[in-house]
Amino acid sequence: MSKSNDSISKTLTVAFILCLVCAVIVSVSAVALKPLQNANQEDFRRSNILVAAGLLDPNEVTKDRIAEEFAKIQVKVVDLRTGEFTQDVSVETYDQLRAAKDPSQSFELDEVAIGVKRLENYGLVYLVGDESNPDRIILPVRGPGLWSTLHGFLALEGDGNTIAGMGFYDHAETPGLGGEVDNPNWKAQWPGKKVYNEDTMQPLLGLSKNPDGVHEVDTLSGASLTARGVTNLLQFWVSEQAYGSFLAKFRQGGA
Amino acid sequence: MAKDTVKEVLVSPIFKNNPIALQVLGICSALAVTTSMQVAVVMTIAVMFVTAFSNFFVSLIRNHIPSSIRIIVQMTIIASLVIVVDQVLKAYAYEISRQLSVFVGLIITNCIVMGRAEAYAMKNGPIISFWDGMGNGFGYGVVLMLVGAVREIFGSGSFFGYQILSLTKDGGWYLANGLMLLPPSAFFIIGLLIWALRSWQPEQNEIPEFKITENTKSEGAM
Repeated sequence: MSKSNDSISKTLTVAFILCLVCAVIVSVSAVALKPLQNANQEDFRRSNILVAAGLLDPNEVTKDRIAEEFAKIQVKVVDLRTGEFTQDVSVETYDQLRAAKDPSQSFELDEVAIGVKRLENYGLVYLVGDESNPDRIILPVRGPGLWSTLHGFLALEGDGNTIAGMGFYDHAETPGLGGEVDNPNWKAQWPGKKVYNEDTMQPLLGLSKNPDGVHEVDTLSGASLTARGVTNLLQFWVSEQAYGSFLAKFRQGGA
Repeated sequence: MAKDTVKEVLVSPIFKNNPIALQVLGICSALAVTTSMQVAVVMTIAVMFVTAFSNFFVSLIRNHIPSSIRIIVQMTIIASLVIVVDQVLKAYAYEISRQLSVFVGLIITNCIVMGRAEAYAMKNGPIISFWDGMGNGFGYGVVLMLVGAVREIFGSGSFFGYQILSLTKDGGWYLANGLMLLPPSAFFIIGLLIWALRSWQPEQNEIPEFKITENTKSEGAM
């Protein structure tokens, strides 16, 4: 019996049957669990938006709370070149990060700002409340820190100028130094700060050793490069190159 | 060959023949997944599941595995099981699967799983192999949980996520030891555990490969 195990035909048969059985098991589990996994991913993304916006306490994230709070949010697509809402792409299927890499859906920036060389044509915004006069405007932001690209959300009040909250959901900065961008005590400084001065388009928010109290918050000690990256990326996404012209509408309307 | 009893194969890997402490296998993942109890427990369950069922299936077809491809056959079975575990975690314990990240996938390369399949399941029946896998997975998990308990209590002042030492940053008295949350601390704790275990059971000590000669005395140096 054991002799025949090493024959070529037996080896091939065992290999083939084993692969077939394993392939069936793996594919069944992958396909059967896919809907649950997608739902989890979607919940994770939503909870990040809600936590950044200050609508949800990170300690009380549950499926029900996410669904309840997210129901208040409208997702819209903005043409970043004009700052107007657009129907050109569908909110459900649009993947902003993928679009940024696709030459047909993005454009090259004139001056290379902060390491974001290409900007997608369309950006998502998350609005709480009425579309023309929202309570909160939540923008996705991203940009390089020291080691990694930081991905997060910046939430503004309906006036398009006052910050309601800020948070990153994905980064790989040094734990304890740059990683302190996740520190709730540090993040608590953001609400109430202003993005711009009245009637200007120049973003002034950022991290500083001597915060001016209006636009800036305390920097992260020992993390100069992460802090510089965060300042740059926040300023970039609210500048005229990105969401600035979109926000301008609310600043006039809200004033 | 002496027949192993179920009790024996289940209990002996915990202290007498611990995969981490005696065989010093699977250290890499033990450093990564022991920052908190919750993660360590889930990892333990995942590894127990994989070692138990890989042993079971390998043993089931052990008389049909051609020796020329036996390692590949074992790997295929292990890899399939790990993928199933990973998929289940992603579906039912998303938050934890994010913390475990790549380490669930790396159970495939965990020497304990391969080692038991090759050393035990290839020579023993399916049922006893299953229990052997359970025991070894649990032996690995015991160390994981001990290290996880120490690291979580001293690193973040909590146990299973419940705050038991009030931290200075929240106005309490305990200053969290950041080193405990970094991988090197697991080396120290595992090292101390092995020391404690081998002092308790001296027969686990390895015979030194060479003997250190005595220091030269001052008279001899003259």
